[in-house]
Amino acid sequence: METASDNSFLAIAIGVSAGGLHALIHILSELSADFPIPIIVVQHRGKDYKDLLEQVLQSKCLLHIKQADEKEQIEKGYIYIAPANYHLLIEMNKTFSLTSDVYVKYSRPSIDLLFETAAEAYKRNLLGILLTGASSDGAEGLLEIKRQGGYTIAQDPKTAEYPYMPQAAIAIGAVQNILTLDEIKSYLEEIYERR
Amino acid sequence: MSLPTSQSYQFSQEESRLFLDSIKFMYGYDFTEYAEASVKRRIINFMHVHKIETLQELSKLLLKEESMFEIFIQELSVTVTEMFRDPSFYKSLRENVMSRLATYPVIKVWVAGCATGEEVYSIAILLKEEGLLERSIIYATDINQKSISIAKEGLYAVDNMKSYTSNYNEAGGKKSLSEYYISKYNAVLFDKSLRQNIVFSPHNLTVDKSFNEFQLVICRNVLIYFNQELQNKVINLFHDSLCSFGFLALGNKESLLFTDKKKDFEDIDKKERIFMKIQ
Repeated sequence: METASDNSFLAIAIGVSAGGLHALIHILSELSADFPIPIIVVQHRGKDYKDLLEQVLQSKCLLHIKQADEKEQIEKGYIYIAPANYHLLIEMNKTFSLTSDVYVKYSRPSIDLLFETAAEAYKRNLLGILLTGASSDGAEGLLEIKRQGGYTIAQDPKTAEYPYMPQAAIAIGAVQNILTLDEIKSYLEEIYERR
Repeated sequence: MSLPTSQSYQFSQEESRLFLDSIKFMYGYDFTEYAEASVKRRIINFMHVHKIETLQELSKLLLKEESMFEIFIQELSVTVTEMFRDPSFYKSLRENVMSRLATYPVIKVWVAGCATGEEVYSIAILLKEEGLLERSIIYATDINQKSISIAKEGLYAVDNMKSYTSNYNEAGGKKSLSEYYISKYNAVLFDKSLRQNIVFSPHNLTVDKSFNEFQLVICRNVLIYFNQELQNKVINLFHDSLCSFGFLALGNKESLLFTDKKKDFEDIDKKERIFMKIQ
């Protein structure tokens, strides 16, 4: 198995769809408030822009949960969540851009768009994680992260509430490491230990 | 509908910057102050659709074929919208702004970046239901000529009407949305009476100046496509285009935070991003 020992990560991008809330809480809730790397999440969600997702995550997590804002500088100490009904893109200067462009793979926000723009901005210093979902969104984006030298993890489809999304990424060779939620959680904790 | 991924198109943001510089130099269309990541996406999308593999190839083609250049500009500047997008915004506009607009003998509204017009008709319906449409003039502008011609027609796919209707109801609509259009085959045509007081016109926010004084300027989900400098420039343009105590409405993820006109506006509804010019 390929390892990421020589990657020093500057950002973590996570894509997740159906079954996501539980998976996110599982891997993120215990991360320390001084976790050294910003985490950026696209969770497929309805059009309504109420902040329920953010509120629930915040009630479970030690890190600050924040809906990503237009032109905001990306900083450690935060888990950024893509707002409903906008695509979330990352610019080369490590700020967010939002767009209301057409849906990509029936989704807005699109995981592919976050992953691809993050891959270009962070190159080999990016960790991409794709979790449970019933969509093929994220697979191509994860491949782009790998192509740009970043490191890619997918949730083990056998343990995913909805296996299709991680499966789709594995099928196109985008995934360097297949892990259970517990293993992903430990992996993130190791990043913290190495800080 | 779905966009391709960048997979087979390898060019850096630096290269796309040089490319946009050359477009600006050659044709005067300035996309250099747009947010880069989304412009790059659109270039990639265009290349994918037209089976073009490199930026060099694209430059050559645009130079050679003028019609291709026009299509390219259309696709680079296109924005998507829907009727009564964010119903709570329209509700707030109805509750917090309409009664103040009613005090003006003539109400001038500018919908800047009107795209294919769904928002313009939404505003027209709102004004009509508040009894203000007859003394209103709505200026609907966009950089994209093709979008404007669609907006002018007021003809939309019937598929979207279900979600537009629920948006309309949620926004506090007083009637049934279907009273404003007739359906034929797979399309709906909005009522002529709504269009009577709408002026559709091309306007480029990046280079064109103010052209009137307005009581309300609506520009939603357009600024997000611009970088901070251009956002600031455009907010200044809106400031110059508003009467004293005129209203400015932005998209729900847009703000005045990074602009030098922040202190010249007061919040009317912070969450819905509705502001009033106070100086």
